[in-house]
Amino acid sequence: MSDQRAAAAPAAATAPSEDAILRADKVTIRFGGLVANRDVDFSVPRGRIVSLIGPNGAGKTTFFNQLTGLLSPTSGNITFEGESIVGLTPHEIVERGIGRTFQNIRLFGAMTVLANVMVGRHVRMSAPWWGSLLKLPRVRSEEVATRQRARELLELVGLRRRVEEQWAKNLPYGDQRRLEIARALASDPKLLLLDEPTAGMNPGETAEMTRLISRLRDELNLSILLIEHDMKVVMGVSEQITVLDHGEKIAYGTPEEVRSNPMVIEAYLGKGAASA
Amino acid sequence: MAPAGSSPRRFNLVTVFLWLLGGGLIAIALVGAFLTLSKGRYSIENWETFIVSGIALGSVYALIALGYTLVYGILFMINFAHGEVFMFGTFTALFAARFMADAGFIDAQPVIAFAIVIAIAMLISMSIAVALERIAYRPLRNAPRLVPLITAIGASLFLQYTARGFYGSGVNAYPEFPPLQGTTDILGLNLRTDQLVVTLAAVSLMVGLYLFVERTRTGRAMRAVSEDKDVAAMMGIDVNRVIMITFAIGGLLAGVAGILYIQLFNQVDFFMGFLPGIKAFTAAVLGGIGNIVGAMLGGLALGLLEAVAPFLFLDGFGIASPNQLKDAIAFTVLVLVLIFRPSGFLGRKENA
Amino acid sequence: MPPLVRRGLLFGLVAGMAVLHLGLVGMVDTFQERELLDLSVVLEDGAVALGWLLPALAILLIGNRAAARRVTDVTEATDTQRLIAGALVGVVAGVFMAALAFISDAGVIGSMFVNARSKLAEILWLGLDPAAGTVMLLAVGTVLGLLGASLTVLPRFAARAAVAAGLVVLLVALLEPFLSAILRNIGLAAVEDLVYERAALQLPAALVLAALTAIVVRVARSDGPARARVSAVTGGERATLVRWILLGLAMALLLILPMIVGRRLSDVLTQVGLFVLLGLGLNIVIGFAGLLDLGYVAFYAVGAYTVGVLTSPGSPAFAPQIPFWASLPFVVMLAVTIGLMIGAPVLRLRGDYLAIVTLGFGEIARILVGSAWLQPYLGGAQGITAIPPAAPFSRDPESIYYPILAFCVIAALTAISLANSRVGRAWNAMREDEGAAEASGINTVRYKLLAFAIGAGFGCLAGAFFSAKIGTIFPDSFNILISINTLALIILGGMGNIPGVIVGALVLVGLPELLREFEAYRLLIYGAVLVAMMLLRPEGLFPSRQRQAELHDTGEEEEGEGENPTAPTTLRPREASINP
Repeated sequence: MSDQRAAAAPAAATAPSEDAILRADKVTIRFGGLVANRDVDFSVPRGRIVSLIGPNGAGKTTFFNQLTGLLSPTSGNITFEGESIVGLTPHEIVERGIGRTFQNIRLFGAMTVLANVMVGRHVRMSAPWWGSLLKLPRVRSEEVATRQRARELLELVGLRRRVEEQWAKNLPYGDQRRLEIARALASDPKLLLLDEPTAGMNPGETAEMTRLISRLRDELNLSILLIEHDMKVVMGVSEQITVLDHGEKIAYGTPEEVRSNPMVIEAYLGKGAASA
Repeated sequence: MAPAGSSPRRFNLVTVFLWLLGGGLIAIALVGAFLTLSKGRYSIENWETFIVSGIALGSVYALIALGYTLVYGILFMINFAHGEVFMFGTFTALFAARFMADAGFIDAQPVIAFAIVIAIAMLISMSIAVALERIAYRPLRNAPRLVPLITAIGASLFLQYTARGFYGSGVNAYPEFPPLQGTTDILGLNLRTDQLVVTLAAVSLMVGLYLFVERTRTGRAMRAVSEDKDVAAMMGIDVNRVIMITFAIGGLLAGVAGILYIQLFNQVDFFMGFLPGIKAFTAAVLGGIGNIVGAMLGGLALGLLEAVAPFLFLDGFGIASPNQLKDAIAFTVLVLVLIFRPSGFLGRKENA
Repeated sequence: MPPLVRRGLLFGLVAGMAVLHLGLVGMVDTFQERELLDLSVVLEDGAVALGWLLPALAILLIGNRAAARRVTDVTEATDTQRLIAGALVGVVAGVFMAALAFISDAGVIGSMFVNARSKLAEILWLGLDPAAGTVMLLAVGTVLGLLGASLTVLPRFAARAAVAAGLVVLLVALLEPFLSAILRNIGLAAVEDLVYERAALQLPAALVLAALTAIVVRVARSDGPARARVSAVTGGERATLVRWILLGLAMALLLILPMIVGRRLSDVLTQVGLFVLLGLGLNIVIGFAGLLDLGYVAFYAVGAYTVGVLTSPGSPAFAPQIPFWASLPFVVMLAVTIGLMIGAPVLRLRGDYLAIVTLGFGEIARILVGSAWLQPYLGGAQGITAIPPAAPFSRDPESIYYPILAFCVIAALTAISLANSRVGRAWNAMREDEGAAEASGINTVRYKLLAFAIGAGFGCLAGAFFSAKIGTIFPDSFNILISINTLALIILGGMGNIPGVIVGALVLVGLPELLREFEAYRLLIYGAVLVAMMLLRPEGLFPSRQRQAELHDTGEEEEGEGENPTAPTTLRPREASINP
C-alpha cells in the first residue's frame, strides 16, 4: 500500500499505518479520450473530516461518483473498510456504510420531509415486501422504530418538528440541504460524503452548516469527506485536505500545509501567482 | 446523462439473460436461413420479388419515420399519434379520388388526378399534425416526460375514432390509377410499376428533405432548436414557429406516404395508421431516433426485413404461414433494438 | 375589435368546431335515442334527448370559459362584457349548428361523412321546418352561451348550486337503467314510476331534485370550509370507528348488489370488477413504480389462456382439465415468470422507450397466440372453447361476481398496504429520482421487478376470471385496447390512488356498459379523456397527495399553517453531477 503524498507536502498528516476507512488506489477514469481522474491516491482516516478541493472541473464530483458506485473507475481500486467496492451498485455501497448528498440537492420533492428520511433508512430495514400485507408485528414495530429514528435525525440536523409533514420541495433551500444530510445519515453510514454542502448559502447559514458537520462527526462518530468551494469552510472544518487539479492529485496535507503550497495557489490563481 | 447503469458491473444475471436472448434469436435466424436455403423452396425470382416489394414498403416506412424522427429530434417526445396523421390524410383524400373517378377525371388525366389526391392528403395530414402540436402538445412542453406521451396516445385514439365516426367503420379501396398498373422493365429487371413509382417518389422526397434541412435557413433553425432550444431562442430563432414547421413537414410527408402506401396495400380504414405507425417508429429507432438519414435507412431495412425475414428465417423450420408473423418480427426488432442499442445504428450517443 | 368580442368569436369558433365534430362523428344522431328528460307535462311528446343535449352542453361550457377569462392579465371583465362574450360564443356556435343542419339536409356531403344525413338535420332543428329551425338554433345557441356566461356573473354560491343541480339531474337521468332496476328490485316500483317515464326523468321529479341539490349545496357551504368538518369527522378515535362502520356498510352493499340490480347490471358489475383488478395491477406498475407499461394486456392474455389450456376439454394439444381453482397457482406462477422475463430486459430503458417496448411485447403476444404456428397448442383464431366455469361459481354474473369481488378486495388491500410500507416508499422515491433513490440505498432493479411481478399477478388473475366467466377466448379479445382502457381508467381516477382506480373503472367501464349508445364512441371518449386529463388535471380526479405535488410546480398551500416556508426554492435542474 503506497500512500504517495504530493512532493510539496512532506509532513505526513497520516502515516500509512493509520487506520483508513476508505482508500483509493491509483484511481483513473476516462470518458472517451478525456481523463477525468488520473492515478488518484487518496484515503480517509477513520473519524476524521477530510476535504477534497480543486478548481471547477478538477474531477472532484467524478471522484465522488466513483466512491458511491454511480461510476466505475477505468482502472485502480477503491477499498472501504478493507473491502474493494469497485463494481458494486450504489445501493450495495450504501449498505456497506457510505452515505452521500448531492451537489445539486436531489430530494424526493413530492414526498414529505419525514418520508424522505425514512427512505434513507431503507437499507437498515429488513421487512420483506409481503410482510406489510400480513401485518406482521415485526414489520409494524420496525416501521415505528424507523419513524422514531427519522425524527431523531431531523432533530439532529436542526429541522423543526412541524415541517415533518411538508413536501420536501417546499422547504427553504438551507433546510433542504439539512434534510438531504438527514436522509444520508438514516442509513447509519460510517463514512459520510458531502458534495458542496454550503453551496448557495449565505455566510450565516454556512457557519451553521460548518458547526453541524463537526457536530455530526463528534456525536455520531463518523468519518466525513467533503467537496467544498468555500475556503473558509474547508479551512475551518477539515483536518486534512486533498487538492485535485485537472483530474490529478496535486497536493495533500493539513489546512496550513495546503494553504501555503505553491502548486495549489497556482492551480487556483494561475501560473505565476505563487511567486508574486 | 444517466447517472446510474452507465458502467460495467460485476457478474450480472440480467445482462447474461439479455445476451442469451439476443444470441438465441440470432442463432434461430441463422439456422432458419440455412434450413430455408437448403430446402430451396423459393427461386431467385421469388427472392427478387420479396426484396423489391420490401424496398418499396421500406421507403414508405421511411417517409413516415421521418415524421417521428424530426419531432423526436426537437422535442424528445414520441408523437404516438403520427400514425393517425398518416391515416387521416389518406382516408380524407379517398373521397376526392372517388369523386374524380366517378367524374371520369382519373381516366382522362391520371397524373393530374394523382397529384391532386396527394396534395389533398398532404394538406389534411399537415393540418392535423399542426393542430395536434398546437392544441395537445404545446401546453405540455415542460411537463414530465410521460405526460405528453399519454396525451399522444389519447390523441391517437381520438383521431382514430373521429375518422371512424366521420367516414364509417368499413374498409374502403382507392380507385385505380391506370398508369401505375402493370410492370416496367428497368436494368433487365421486370418490376411492378407501382412499386417502382412508390420507391422513386419516396426516395426523391427524402433527398429533398435532407437538402432542406441541410441547406436552407429554416433547416438550420431546426437543427439549432434540436441542439438547444434555449440557446436557439436567444439567437433570435422563433422556437414555436420552428416546432410548428417540424410538425408540418412530418405531416406533409405522412400524407404522401399514405397515398404511396395505398398503392401497395389498397385498404383504407380508420385503423390503418396503427401498424405502419408503429413500424415507422421502429424504423426511426433502428436508424437512431432524431437522425434523418438514420430514419431513411431504418425504414428501408425494416421493409426489407419484413418482406424477407418470415420466409428466410422462419420458413425453414416448417412454421405454418410464416407471413402471418411478419408483424411479430417487426416488433421483435423494435424490442431488441431498444434493449441492446437504444441509440440506434446511426444515433447520437445518448444514454437510454 | 375589442378584445372581448374577439375572444367571444374565437371561443365561438371552438364551440362551433366541437358542435360540428359531435354531429359529424354521429354522436348527436346516436345519442338521440336516449331520452333524458320527459317534457310531456308542458309539451306533447316533448323530451330532451342526450343527442341534442351534447352540443348544447358544449356551448354552455365554452360560453362559460370565454366569460371566465380576464380581459388582459390584470383587468377583470365587467359583467356586461362577460355576458356579451358568452352570447357571441352562442351565436357563432348556433350558426355552425344551423349550417350543419342545412348541409346535412341537402345531403351534399353525405357520401363522405356518413352521419351528415337528413336525420341529423331533423334532430338539430328539433323537427321544425328549416327556417324556423334555423331561427330556433340561433336563439337557443345565444341563450346557452348567455347561460354559460351568467354562471361567472352570479354570486359564487348560486353558480355552485346551479351547476350541482344540473349535474345531479343529468346523472340521475343518465343512470336511469341502473337506478330504476334497483328501485324496482327493492320494491319501490311506485317511486320509480313517479321519477321516470319511458326511461326518461320526469320534469317534476327533475325540478324537485334540482331544488333539493341546490339547497343541500347551499347549506353545506354555509358554515366554513367543508374540509374542516370532514377532517373533524375523520380525525380521532371515534372517526376510526365511523370509518369502520362506513366500510362495513359499503361491503354489505357490495355483497347484496347483484341481488338487487338484476342480471344485466350484475354483468356490468363483473365487467367493472375485472377492470378494477386490471387497474389495481397496472396501477402498481405505473402509479407506484412509475413504469409506463403499454403491454399489460399480455398478462391478461396469459391468465386467460393458461386457464383455458389447463381447464378446458377443448384445449387443442394439452388438456389436463384440472379444476379452475387448481389452475390459479399455475396462472400466477407463469404470469410472475413472464412478468420478470419482460421486466428484466426493459429495466434499463428510459420511460418512453419502456412504453413502446412493452407495447411491442403485448402485440407480439397477441400475434403469436393467434398465429397458425401456435394453432395446434392455443387454437389460433378459433381460440379455446368450452372453458368450464369457476365452480362452485357459475358463469352467471350474479355468481361469478363474488370471486371477482373477493379478488378485487384482496388486490386493493395488497396495494394499500404496499403503498404504506417500506416498499411503497421505495417505489415513490424511485419514481421521483431514480439516481437519488439508488444513492439512498434502494435496489431499483429489484423494486422495478417486484412491481412488474405483482402487476403481472393481478393482471393474469383478471384474465383467469375473464376466461372462466366467458367460456370461450379468442386472440382478438386481447388487443392493445385493453391496455389503453386500463391506462385510461387509472389516469382518470388518479395515478397511484386506489379509490381512483375504482372510480375510474366505474366511469369508463361501467357507464358505457350502462348506456349501450356509448359503445361506438367509447374509445373516442377515452381518447378525449386522456388528452383532457393530461392538459387540465394530470394528477387525475382523485389524486394521491404525492402525485399532485409531482405534477405541479408550486405546492398546495398548507391550510392553517400560517408560516409557510419562505421564498419558493428554485431547485437546480436534476442532472447527474458529473463534471469531467
